[in-house]
Amino acid sequence: MTVSIPGRLLRRAGAVCFTLGLTLVPLVAPDRGDIARASQVDTIPAEAKRIVSVGGSLTEIVFALGAQDRLVARDSTSTYPVEAETLPDVGYMRALSPEGVLSVQPDAILLLEGSGPPEAVEVLRKASVPMIFVPERFDSEGILVKIRAVGEALGLRAETKRFEAEVAADLEKAVEATAGIAERKRVLFVLSLQGGKILASGEGTAAAGIMALAGADNAIGGFTGYRQLTDEAVIEAQPDVVLVMAREGDLAISRDEIIAHPAIAATPAGENEAVIAMDGLYLLGFGPRTAQAARDLATDLYGNRAGN
Amino acid sequence: MTDETMDARAVLHRPEGDRSARARLAIIICAVLLVVIALGSLGWGASDASALGVVLDMISGGAESVPARDRIIVWDIRLPRIILGMLIGASLAVSGAVMQGLFRNPLADPGIVGVSAGAGLGAIGVIVLGGSFLAPVTAAFGIYALPFAAFLGGLATTLILYRVATRRGQTSVATMLLAGIALGALAGAASGLLVYVADDRQLRDLTFWNLGSLAGATWTKIAAAGPIIGLTLVASPFLARGLNGLSLGETTAYHLGIPVQRLKNVAIVMVAAAVGASVAVSGGIGFVGIVVPHLLRLAIGPDHRYLLPASALLGACLLLVADAVSRTIVAPAELPIGIVTAAVGAPFFLWILLRRRGLLDL
Repeated sequence: MTVSIPGRLLRRAGAVCFTLGLTLVPLVAPDRGDIARASQVDTIPAEAKRIVSVGGSLTEIVFALGAQDRLVARDSTSTYPVEAETLPDVGYMRALSPEGVLSVQPDAILLLEGSGPPEAVEVLRKASVPMIFVPERFDSEGILVKIRAVGEALGLRAETKRFEAEVAADLEKAVEATAGIAERKRVLFVLSLQGGKILASGEGTAAAGIMALAGADNAIGGFTGYRQLTDEAVIEAQPDVVLVMAREGDLAISRDEIIAHPAIAATPAGENEAVIAMDGLYLLGFGPRTAQAARDLATDLYGNRAGN
Repeated sequence: MTDETMDARAVLHRPEGDRSARARLAIIICAVLLVVIALGSLGWGASDASALGVVLDMISGGAESVPARDRIIVWDIRLPRIILGMLIGASLAVSGAVMQGLFRNPLADPGIVGVSAGAGLGAIGVIVLGGSFLAPVTAAFGIYALPFAAFLGGLATTLILYRVATRRGQTSVATMLLAGIALGALAGAASGLLVYVADDRQLRDLTFWNLGSLAGATWTKIAAAGPIIGLTLVASPFLARGLNGLSLGETTAYHLGIPVQRLKNVAIVMVAAAVGASVAVSGGIGFVGIVVPHLLRLAIGPDHRYLLPASALLGACLLLVADAVSRTIVAPAELPIGIVTAAVGAPFFLWILLRRRGLLDL
């Protein structure tokens, strides 16, 4: 039995999941368990035509390689391109339901590192559906690794090679554009502002990764992952700019809300009302669009000085 | 022998008149319902796998040539989930009924008075500290470490609650509720602290565990929690007579020859074990412990000899139905079952309260 649920609600649910998931993304050090699993990668048959893609950036890569016809389902973080949203949604990547995934009769599954839960993966393994685990790293090389892994799994050697070179050149250009910036801006990424408490990104996060690509520094350090900050820590960090995800609904953070925050008001970001809002998957997905996202962020931060 | 004791003796055997025929019928109906729902759940899911086909294939030794995928869906996904769902539903409902009898209060529920929170603290402790601080414990107990820690957490909370709320043999209802809320908050704070020091992988485990779900049902989990829950379910009918006596007050129960203190001890350990094991494998699933016994009390009366087995059966039914909804309503994705039980349980409970205002005392 399936009940139709309005797309907006699903999208919002997806956004909520994405936010929750971000607080749980793996740290810099690659997870040993996943790597071990990744090394005993199943090979998927080149003729695999019923593929489930779990992880927004992987779905983007499949589309970019022109293999979208071979997808039968995606997870709730796969929201780009828009056509991806027409595919059945097997749920949030970290809360997959094994029967749900098997119900679309997949002949291969692409899984971004961190997909789960382990029980679901265990059952899927038992069902002997070939699974490809793709590692996640928040830098340029991490994106190329994803492209290679997906391309290889799809058996599209020539296309992958061309696309990888294209993305690599694009990323290099984006990094070069901000290499000459002498005064790097300090950016505070605010994941949520629930009840006036700032949940900010530390080291090893996707947000820190995109800041580095855009020639900016993370205003906050000394911890990995996402932490709630005290107001004094925010003031001490003296961010030049506050970066947030643009979204609708309960989790939306409005510009006014940030500027009005007492701690942020006492920083250069608050004084200059410097708030940048960008789409979550675009900004933090570390997929094919990341170079463009880095360029957009750099332009917002440095204007023409970003050399674009 | 006074008239009062005579009445009391009568109550022991048939409180509130003779509703035993009706109660027996209710138990039979619940049992039949459970079988139907369980078989239905086995055949119904997000995929079109046919349970009948798989079973026929099993009997005929592979003659039906069912795809391997369907065999896995039925044996490794649906069946463990159904068994775990029945065990947990039964354990939550019986724990609720026993606690309500023990405290002689219809509001007593492991979720409301903080026992679940205490069990949760134990489970979170093992998830977060299992690799470091508590490594010897996890090494010694293996898959049982989590249910055991949850059991200890639940037991400690129940004991403290009982000590705080009971004075000179009288259990103060208001004190119990307030103390339960305070203990729940305390356990919640300790859990929060552990969550704060948890690393990302542990946090991920915690999130799933917190959502309250049967999604992680595996044969291993059944092996870990099944024996504990099974034992408490089998033991619960032996408390029935004592709990009936206790409903007259501890002094009266004592004079009727009920070993009150031992009864209380056994009941507390039992509830802590059942709730601990349930919480450890499925997280916090609310409302089963309070809705099921209440509904049954309205239908068959407060006699624990019928109430306890009927609660077990109806609790299992309720959780299976909720789980069937949770795994098919947004298929191929899945909704956490805690959302379903609360969304169905809370309005239903309010509706009962409105209809039967004033009739809800034990």
